[in-house]
Amino acid sequence: MTVPVHTPGSETARPVTTPSTVDTELVQLLTPEGRRVEHERYAFDGDDESVRSLYRDLLLVRRVDHEAHALQRHGELGLWAQCLGQEAAQVGSGRALRSQDFAFPTYREHGVAWCRGIDPAKLLGLFRGVELGGWDPAETGMALYSIIIGAQTMHATGYAMALQRDGAVGTGDPTRDAAALAYFGDGASSQGDVHEAFVWASSFNAPVVFFCQNNHWAISVPLARQSRTPLVQRAAGYGFGGVRVDGNDVLAVHAVTQAALQRARDGEGPTLVEAVTYRMGAHTTSDDPTRYRDSAEVEAWRHRDPLARVERYLRELDTPESFFTDLQTEADDLGAHLREACRSLPEPDLGALFDGVYADAHPELAAQKAEYLAYRDSFDTEGGAA
Amino acid sequence: MSASTSERTSAVGQRLSLGKAINAGLRAAMEADPKVVVMGEDVGPLGGVFRVTEGLQKDFGEDRVIDTPLGESGIVGAAVGMMLRGYRPVMEIQFDGFVYPAYDQIVSQVAKLHARSQGVVRMPAVIRIPFGGGIGAVEHHSESPEAQFCLTAGLRVVSPSNAHDAYWMIQQAVASDDPVVFMEPKRRYWDAGPVGQESTPLHASQVVRDGRHATLLAYGPMVRTCLESAEAAAEDGVDLEVIDLRTLSPLDLGPVHESVRRTGRAVVVHEASRTLGLGAEIAARVQEECFYSLEAPVLRVTGYDLPYPPSRVEEEFLPDLDRVLDAVDRAMAF
Repeated sequence: MTVPVHTPGSETARPVTTPSTVDTELVQLLTPEGRRVEHERYAFDGDDESVRSLYRDLLLVRRVDHEAHALQRHGELGLWAQCLGQEAAQVGSGRALRSQDFAFPTYREHGVAWCRGIDPAKLLGLFRGVELGGWDPAETGMALYSIIIGAQTMHATGYAMALQRDGAVGTGDPTRDAAALAYFGDGASSQGDVHEAFVWASSFNAPVVFFCQNNHWAISVPLARQSRTPLVQRAAGYGFGGVRVDGNDVLAVHAVTQAALQRARDGEGPTLVEAVTYRMGAHTTSDDPTRYRDSAEVEAWRHRDPLARVERYLRELDTPESFFTDLQTEADDLGAHLREACRSLPEPDLGALFDGVYADAHPELAAQKAEYLAYRDSFDTEGGAA
Repeated sequence: MSASTSERTSAVGQRLSLGKAINAGLRAAMEADPKVVVMGEDVGPLGGVFRVTEGLQKDFGEDRVIDTPLGESGIVGAAVGMMLRGYRPVMEIQFDGFVYPAYDQIVSQVAKLHARSQGVVRMPAVIRIPFGGGIGAVEHHSESPEAQFCLTAGLRVVSPSNAHDAYWMIQQAVASDDPVVFMEPKRRYWDAGPVGQESTPLHASQVVRDGRHATLLAYGPMVRTCLESAEAAAEDGVDLEVIDLRTLSPLDLGPVHESVRRTGRAVVVHEASRTLGLGAEIAARVQEECFYSLEAPVLRVTGYDLPYPPSRVEEEFLPDLDRVLDAVDRAMAF
C-alpha cells in the first residue's frame, strides 16, 4: 500500500522536490534463507566485500553484547541491555551514517556505537556504575545514551535545525551536508516527545531521520498496546515520508537508511524508518521475559536471525573458511579486551564529581565538596575516627 | 563573564521598564554572539505575550528568533540539540504554569548533560519564565515554581527585580556556560528604572536598603514589596535592611549572614508556597551560620500551600506590605 502524502513547504524551508510516501510494505533485500532479492526502489549499493564487512560488524557487535551480558552475570556490571536480535537494524543504519552526521541513541544502540568507532569498553562504564557517560559526542558523532524514553528524538530534531542554520544542508557538497539520525523504539512511539519531534521536524523540514526499531516489546508490554496500525503510518499524519524495512536484513536497512539520510542531507526533510525486528533477549538483565511472552514467538524470530542469513549468503558465495575462522579469532580477542577493560575501569571518586556539575565556578558546591573531603579525610588522619 | 562591549547597542543611561530592559539586554546579547538564538511560542511577529522579544525577529531574522510549534518539551528538547552544535538558545516559556511539560527536558537533560558527559558537553541555555501573581490572571498564569529548579543540580536560577538588573542579568545569563533558569517578575514588567553600567556579578545578592533592626530577604517581585514595607516601617521608627537575593541557585548568603549578625532578625518573603520554598532553605542556613546572633526565629512570609487561588482572592494569598510588617512586628517582639 502506498499512500501519497502532501508535504507542506514552510516559508523558510527548501521546497520539497520528491513526493513523500508512506509505504507499509516491508523492504527486504536478503531473505532469511540468504537469498538476494530485488526491490523496485531500494538496492544495496555495495559489493560482496562490503557484505563481508557488514557481517564482520554484525558478528563483533553480537560478541560485544554477549560478553557484556556475561560480565553482568559475573557481577562485573550492574545491568546490561542486550541488543541481541537487533544487530542488523543497528549496523545497517549505523553504517549508512557519514562522519559529519550525528546519531542520537537510546540505551541499546551498542551496534551503532560500534559503527561510530566507539571502543565498546566505553559502553560498560554506565552499566558498571563507574560513570554516567563514556564518550565525547562531538568527537564520535553520537550523543550519550538516553535512558529517558523518547527525549533524544527532540535533541536530534534540534540538532538538525542547527545544521540548517549552519548551512550544512542541501549544498550538494557530500563532505558538508549532514543529517541527524534519531533512534527510538516501539514503546517510545507513544511518548509525547516523539510526537513533538515529528511535528517540529516536519514544520521546519529538518534534516533528521527517525529510525524506529520496532522490536515488538516495551519491557513486558507488546506492540499492540502502543499502536493499532503499523508505526510507519504515523509519518503520514505529520506530512513526511515513511518506509518499513525488514530490520533483520542488514542490506535492506542500510539501503533504506542511506536513502533517507540522503534526502535529509539534500534538504528534503525528515523520514520515518520503521525497522521491524525483535528483541531476542530480555529487556535488560533485570527482566524475565518468560513471564509475559511465548517461547514459540521467540523461536519463530530465531529463524529470521540477522547474522545467519548473511552467513548463508556468504557461504553460498564460496567465501573461504579462513574468513570465518579469522573473524572468530578477532571476536575472541575483542571479548578478551572487553573483559580486561571492564575490570580495569577506574572506580569513581565522589569528590571529583563535585567539579563536573557546572562549567563555571559554583561556591555552594565547592563548600559541600570541602565538607565531604574533610569528613572523608577524618577517617585517614592519625588518631582519627578510624 | 562580562557581556560589555563598546560596539553594541547599549541601554546604559536610559530609563526603561523591566520588560524593555530584558528586550534591550537580549538585543545586546544577540549582537554580541551570532550563536545566540531566541525561541518560544509567539516570540516572533507578536514579540511574546509580554512583548519582551518585540522587534527581535524583524532585526535578527526567523533563523535566530524562532516561533516554535506549541510544545514546551519540544522547545527545551530542540534547544538541547542546538546546544550540541554550539548554539546558545534563549527559550521563552510563556507562563510559569506552562513549564511543567518541559520539566523532564530541563531536569533530566539540560541540567545533567554536563555531568553525564564528564564535563565535555556544555549547556549554555537560558530558560526565561515570567513568574508570580498579582496580575488578575486565570489559573496556571501566576505560579512561582522557582524552588523546583533550585533543587536540581546542574541548573542555575536567578531573578531580577528591577530594570538595571534585568538588562545586565539577562546578558550575564546568556554568557554563562551553565544553564540558567531566568525567573522574570511579570507583575513588575512595567516598573521603570534607570539602567546604569554593569556593576554586579550574576550570582551575587545585594543590599538594596540599609537598616539596623531586622533584615528582609526577597527576590523578584517581592523586592519592591519589601522596600515599600521598609518605607512604612521607617515612619514607625523601625529601621529595616532589605536584601535583594537576585541569585536563587546558587544562593549568595554571605551578605545575608553579615546583615543578620548585625540586625539579629530575618524575615524571608516570597510568593511561592511555604513548604520547602526558598525561605525554608534560607532559614536553615541562617540558623546554621548566625545562631548566636539571632534574637528571633527566622520568619517566612509566603504564599500558602494551596494551588494558586482564583484571582479575586490573590491579594489575600500574596505577601503584601501588611503581612510583611506583621512578621516584622512578631520578630521584633520575640
